[in-house]
Amino acid sequence: MPDPARDSDVLLRADGIVKHFPIKEGIFFKHQVGSVKAVDGVSLEVRRGETLGLVGETGCGKSTLARCILRLFPLTSGRLTFDGADLSRLSRSQMRPYRRGMQMIFQDPYGSLNPRRRVGSIIGDPLAIHHIAQGAERRKQVQALMEVVGLNPEHYNRFPAEFSGGQRQRIGVARALALRPKLIVCDEPVSALDVSIQAQVINLLEDLQGEFGLTYVFIAHDLAVVQHVSDRVAVMYLGKMVEVAEVKDLYNTPRHPYTNALLSASVVADPDKARSRDRIILSGDVPSPINPPSGCRFRTRCPKAQALCATEEPMLKSGAGDSPSHVTACHFPVADGEKLASEKDTILHAVEGFLAEAPT
Amino acid sequence: MTLLAVDNLTVSFPTADGVVRAVRGLSFSVDSGKTLGVVGESGSGKSVSALTMLGLNPGADITGSARLNDRELLTMSDQELRKIRGAEIAMIFQDPLSSLHPHFRVGWQIAEAIRAHSSVSKRAAMSQVVELLRLVNIPQPERRVEAYPHELSGGMRQRVMIAMALALKPKLLIADEPTTALDATVQAQLMELLVDLQHEVGMAMIIITHDLGVIASVADEVLVMYAGRAAERADARTLFFMPHHPYTRGLLGSVPSATGVVGSRLLPIVGTPPSLIRLPSGCGFHPRCPFAMEMCIDEQPNLELIPAGPNHTSACWLPPDMTGVGIAMDTARQRYASTRRGARSAKLPGVVAAAEGAAVYA
Repeated sequence: MPDPARDSDVLLRADGIVKHFPIKEGIFFKHQVGSVKAVDGVSLEVRRGETLGLVGETGCGKSTLARCILRLFPLTSGRLTFDGADLSRLSRSQMRPYRRGMQMIFQDPYGSLNPRRRVGSIIGDPLAIHHIAQGAERRKQVQALMEVVGLNPEHYNRFPAEFSGGQRQRIGVARALALRPKLIVCDEPVSALDVSIQAQVINLLEDLQGEFGLTYVFIAHDLAVVQHVSDRVAVMYLGKMVEVAEVKDLYNTPRHPYTNALLSASVVADPDKARSRDRIILSGDVPSPINPPSGCRFRTRCPKAQALCATEEPMLKSGAGDSPSHVTACHFPVADGEKLASEKDTILHAVEGFLAEAPT
Repeated sequence: MTLLAVDNLTVSFPTADGVVRAVRGLSFSVDSGKTLGVVGESGSGKSVSALTMLGLNPGADITGSARLNDRELLTMSDQELRKIRGAEIAMIFQDPLSSLHPHFRVGWQIAEAIRAHSSVSKRAAMSQVVELLRLVNIPQPERRVEAYPHELSGGMRQRVMIAMALALKPKLLIADEPTTALDATVQAQLMELLVDLQHEVGMAMIIITHDLGVIASVADEVLVMYAGRAAERADARTLFFMPHHPYTRGLLGSVPSATGVVGSRLLPIVGTPPSLIRLPSGCGFHPRCPFAMEMCIDEQPNLELIPAGPNHTSACWLPPDMTGVGIAMDTARQRYASTRRGARSAKLPGVVAAAEGAAVYA
């Protein structure tokens, strides 16, 4: 177990990362009228060789955070350290040498590969851009990569359209591996694939991690997949980190009401468990990140919200009895065995009303 | 009581490349008030069979029969079918944005469905719409009837689709991947809503999905489809705990939580689903099957009774008593481990794929 205090174990450290996207109005003289607070003060560390799962609903900022970590756009504020180097204020050209150490695998294996280019040249791109190998040598390296990810190297000259979804995702993996990176950010790498193909790609990612000593940040909305691949899991809600813990702590004793709701909402492929448990069903949708609620951002949907939640923003801290690595940003964390209120009764009520009133 | 009985349904599409045989001799039935889950990979014929029943597959060659309350759907005229669609069989599609017309207000679109089937005034129809939107838990329904589809979130749009489907209180609701495009929390809200509505209204449901978690939480009976045929059919518990068909076991082995021990390796099915134009001989699953025998290549198995559960049937040549996830998993795991090491050291072409393939299904 790595000691979180030892800096050499930490590959990437993010301190108070903020990313706001401006909203502009006006035709000739654009002025800023507000901003989408996509990521609003997130601190996080990723340790060498681990898989950090990142979960949350659509629009909670997980993909934006991933792109911040890779410095794919400038940060609004915050500090980002990768492998001992401060990346937060580097320009594009200054960033280039560090890009070799960090790569990304995208969700959509159809949209992330140029359909008019041959697979060999797609995978060889990173090698060309970083002047690592040319000509026959590049071809040799690309074919070795194709072999590693389970593609037939003879298919070097084919187009992406000639491959199935799972094979295309392998092409994406090969491209990410080309520069022997230390960190790979996987943004929903399997959610576009069929179940049986998903498992093939997950196994591949696990094998490569062992073989090349990779560190993953794994974004997914399927909590079962995240539980399977991750060592630690971070839960985001509306631009904030609400809970971070070792995978078993998070799944066994979730402390934040949002984590509880998310876990209870995820479907499990077991008919007994799926039907027996109490679901905490959150009402409504995620509030707008343009005008997030004051205090705790989850309070508008939280079954435990009190007056304090509206005035004071909770900080990430470890609860009594929890392991120090298990931190929660909540004033009233959920205790062991505590039950949160469900919304089911209101639904049934509405159904009865419908049946009484609707003409047949 | 049997509401819908599909018998020996065959659907094929003539194309320039050859005949796509999307559904091949599919039979199943749905009882009123029950939920049938249909699972399978992309291209297994799940959606095509549902669309065929509603006459929504123009250009397809269709044989067999599909009877709703003893009325044959497949030979019905368009006019007759129009009376059935919406009123007796309603459908919810995967992508609510492309199923709603972007130019019309959602309230108007739901009211249109009501007015097409019953002679009510515009005003009466609209007040029904408000009630329906309230029923599917849309906040401030009086205001939302005026909204255009793009003004609503994905979950809200799908609620509108559900409201539209329920507007005429159908006897059968077909939901084709109703929650696939949505977040887990919204998915839970909607599944809960569908199940509650079903119990109250007493309709039957067919839920088409590739998500075994959805099946586990709502289905009474499950039909597993592969390459246009039924691979296995059983009640939900039997299917998850005593599966017979190797494809069902493969699906269960591919899902993280169902493999049992968290952290153990997943056991995917090797390879990819076959082309529906050039189908394998015999059992369509044999090229990917770990248990394939000589006869699987030669002869196509039909659904036979399996003693593991009531009405449990499986189309596989394996002995009927060979059920359960465990046995298959252990053998597969051992084979996997041994072959994988071999393939790694030998550095054969396509190491991983070959290893995964040869291994699990040597």
